[in-house]
Amino acid sequence: MSLGSVPLKYKVTIDREQCMHCMRCINNCSYGVFHREDDRIIIDSRKCTACHHCISMCPRDAISLQERPVDYRSHPLWTAEAREDIINQARTGKIILAGMGNAKPYPVIFDRLVLDACQVTNPSIDPLREPMELRTYIGKKPPRLEIDKKDNGDIEMLTKLTPNLKLETPIMIGHMSYGAISLNAQLSLAKAVEKTGTFMGTGEGGLHEAIYPYQKNMIVQVASGRFGVDINYLERGAAIEIKIGQGAKPGIGGHLPGEKVCQDVSCTRMIPLGSDAISPAPHHDIYSIEDLAQLVRSLKEATEWKKPVFVKIAAVHNAAAIAAGIARSSADAVVIDGFRGGSGATPKVFRDNVGIPIEAAVASVDQKLKDQGIRNKISVIASGGIRNSADIAKSIALGADAVYIGTGALIAMGCRVCGQCYRGMCPWGIATQRQELVDRLDPEIESEHVANLIRSWTLELSELMGAAGINSIESLRSNRSRLRGYMLDEGTLDVLQVKPVGA
Amino acid sequence: MKKVEIDAKGMHYTPLNKMIREAVKNGAKEIILDNVIGQRFIADGLKGDVTIRINGVAGGDLGMFMNGPTCIVNGNCDHAPGNTMDGGTIVIHGSAGDAVAHSMRGGKLFVEKNIGYRGGIHMKQYEEDRRPALVVGGASHAFLGEYMAGGLIIVLGIGQENPVMDRGIGSGIHGGMIVIRGEVKDELLGVGARKMEFGEKELEMITPYVEEFCKHFDTEPSGLLDTNYTCIVPASTRPFAGKYTWE
Repeated sequence: MSLGSVPLKYKVTIDREQCMHCMRCINNCSYGVFHREDDRIIIDSRKCTACHHCISMCPRDAISLQERPVDYRSHPLWTAEAREDIINQARTGKIILAGMGNAKPYPVIFDRLVLDACQVTNPSIDPLREPMELRTYIGKKPPRLEIDKKDNGDIEMLTKLTPNLKLETPIMIGHMSYGAISLNAQLSLAKAVEKTGTFMGTGEGGLHEAIYPYQKNMIVQVASGRFGVDINYLERGAAIEIKIGQGAKPGIGGHLPGEKVCQDVSCTRMIPLGSDAISPAPHHDIYSIEDLAQLVRSLKEATEWKKPVFVKIAAVHNAAAIAAGIARSSADAVVIDGFRGGSGATPKVFRDNVGIPIEAAVASVDQKLKDQGIRNKISVIASGGIRNSADIAKSIALGADAVYIGTGALIAMGCRVCGQCYRGMCPWGIATQRQELVDRLDPEIESEHVANLIRSWTLELSELMGAAGINSIESLRSNRSRLRGYMLDEGTLDVLQVKPVGA
Repeated sequence: MKKVEIDAKGMHYTPLNKMIREAVKNGAKEIILDNVIGQRFIADGLKGDVTIRINGVAGGDLGMFMNGPTCIVNGNCDHAPGNTMDGGTIVIHGSAGDAVAHSMRGGKLFVEKNIGYRGGIHMKQYEEDRRPALVVGGASHAFLGEYMAGGLIIVLGIGQENPVMDRGIGSGIHGGMIVIRGEVKDELLGVGARKMEFGEKELEMITPYVEEFCKHFDTEPSGLLDTNYTCIVPASTRPFAGKYTWE
């Protein structure tokens, strides 16, 4: 017997009274939900992904969308999703591929942490009146400075400083490769970080010529596939990041499907046209922490020790111990990518079940590094599920030096988190290589949107700091006394080293 | 031709590489490194037209990211010579460790004797001029040519009965070709690898590499230029295409 069809995920309707038959919905939907028969617009709701492109472009607000219009018999365990996944796998015998970050309703620790503010005994600071220091340096800090006082009063610093990245705000954009996202999307992000004095990652997709003008704001990634990596690429980047793991899929590699490897992607990644780009799960020259140190040093040696090297790991159970190992490898920063981190394509079982939340990972990494007296040897970058400036303030108070944002920056360019990135049909021109869709995204406009987001969050950060009587981001860093946990269990509070509300 | 001699005795790799870079910048065409004893990263990221003769044992990641130079090692090599190399030549008069030619994208690497595990892993090619080649005179251990995405690996098995006796040959291979002297048992092939007949066309393809190998190591190619090879190629250029279903 046939399994038949599963109920619609989304139901799209057009208010026929409102509709003016402009047909924009037909042109805007890359998934083919709408088509025209005579004078009528026919809707195929089954194709809808809830990307909202038609809704956003409808001049009459005539389109409505409803999620799960068909009820299942309610059951707390056998949710509609659980049932539909089984039906899908019964049909195919395959691994379920999903997009965007963790979609399980785990409690969000950020939402159970509250920030402090000054009242009476110590005054708050008005950022309009007082300078707020948000400038952040990423890289090693010397444990002490040796200086030589000359007879003429001049002072010479004897300590040799290692290269640091200078950020005007502790917000960077994480690694999303050309291939996973379009060139226009990457270009928009690049222009945005240049405007706001910060940095972004290339992902493992090489550096396209169009991005060269922004190379001083780029962190070039070296991952297990080594795509696009050559000496010129390493020399172009402001910093180099070794990707060990990704929060959305700890422990596994990545596969860019051959369909997405067009001429330009092929040139940038330096791989043949139309072939799968496979990043193996491990780096095959790193089978131990000593090997990691060797890769870090090989990158530094290749670039004459002029560039900071980051190591990015997924937040997993032993993240703290791993970070302590990384701190001893000559690396300048460790990126911790939490289990809510985004991804264009990830096996669903990994996305929803593997890894730990960024809040706990950052707190334990920071504490471990401090306990071992090596916190100054390495900067900590938090990433994975940062939604707003409060999440950033809380990440920093838990011990991060800076954050990477990813999905947030994409939403600023139009993304509605429909999670179909792996299909390469993104109607917003972000996660696609189809030229007609890519052309929809104007880098001049979208870079301004992304830059606005970074500016807004930077402003809010300075307000939050001012309210807490803090005028320098360094004083917020790892300042857990400015956090309280609300309805968090004792075990979690202990890991976070945060007191409960009222205490 | 400007020749520079450097005594590497007791020297750390960073000052050693600095001296090599300086010499190349000053127009050296030949650099001789004496008393090399395990210094890593020699010629790491080095560009240019220069021949470096390394007398001693080269440490890990010899010629990593290198583009252009020739490195001749009179001795053995530690792991991953030619790692993510882009162009140029490495000639090793001896054996080398694991992950030889890892992710190599261009240039040629010749090993006189044996290599360890994961030789030629994830080698890839890109356009005609970036087609890397790894030629091994002796034998190889397991996982030869794993995840290979392009290029050519030849194992000549000189003085060996079975040059590859370990498993996992070409697992996940999705481009390029592995050529092994003699017969290779089916059960040694990894997932995604298949055997292809080695005929006159393939012999013609490998001949220049075999001849170059023999030139470097001063041996006779005549005994090696026949069709007694096994050719291993990808079963598909899309090994993961059938693994997933959409959410």
